[in-house]
Amino acid sequence: MITRLFGVALGAGCVAGLALALLQVLFTTPLILEAETYELASFHQPPLQHAGGITDDGRVWFVHGGEEHTDEGALGLVDRMIGAWAPEDGAERTFYTGLSSVLTGFGFGLMLLAAMLLGAKRIDATSGLQWGLGAFAAVALAPSLGLPPELPGSAAADLVSRQTWWFGTTAATGLGLWLMIARGEPLLKAAGLLIVVAPHLIGAPHPHEYASSVPAEIQGHFVAASLVSAAVFWAVLGSLAGWLWQRGEAKQ
Amino acid sequence: MNSTVSSAAQSTSSRAAILPVALLSAFIGAFVVFGVGFAHSNVLHNAAHDSRHALGFPCH
Repeated sequence: MITRLFGVALGAGCVAGLALALLQVLFTTPLILEAETYELASFHQPPLQHAGGITDDGRVWFVHGGEEHTDEGALGLVDRMIGAWAPEDGAERTFYTGLSSVLTGFGFGLMLLAAMLLGAKRIDATSGLQWGLGAFAAVALAPSLGLPPELPGSAAADLVSRQTWWFGTTAATGLGLWLMIARGEPLLKAAGLLIVVAPHLIGAPHPHEYASSVPAEIQGHFVAASLVSAAVFWAVLGSLAGWLWQRGEAKQ
Repeated sequence: MNSTVSSAAQSTSSRAAILPVALLSAFIGAFVVFGVGFAHSNVLHNAAHDSRHALGFPCH
């Protein structure tokens, strides 16, 4: 059974990941690359303190002169910021974006299937789509209310505190949604609602000032593109995982 | 009626059998997602950089 579970997660994760990679190439990556030109420009103006650099390991590297390359024009921005390996801009960077998308699909696919096996009454394309959209709400929508998808160059609070809030919000939203949808008891439904709302009452960690030199129009466009890409990714992942699982069921 | 009871019992027992498999898969899945989306390693960060931003994972 575990082989079957991994096979289904891999199949659904590959397709959803490739769809995500395509959406990234078309919609989000061009905006990231554009934002990096502004971010790079801000690095060349020392008086404009880059807020991200205060807290971020990668930026500290950059500030402390981890720069070995002299031919700046030929290298990607990440490459220059961080001394360690980074994919070259172009095909290599796109390849790693695709690879990381597929791996994300596989990992989330495993978790989604595990949750459905434990919680779903039946697993098929329809219920898979429903669970996938629930996961989209938990993993993408809810965290984006406090921590909207960011372009490079945005000011941000400490990375670990943001990751903690992100993880807590995702877990709370998933649990809360499940309590509200799957459980009949009014008290549990009310508790579910409370759990969904709680992270936003606590509030996400935010920077003390805004420092991005990237135009707000690009940032706004990026947030929309990011959420739409995530929605498509989860819809494909959920429905395909459900459909592949049911196909395996019919064969057995 | 009997068949309903037995199928219900069967689904309960298979649920119990599913638990360790589901937990293991969820754990491995979480590990993979952590590696792609959250690990602080420079190389992992660089490789997954655009995906992290696109999926709204906290990055930088």
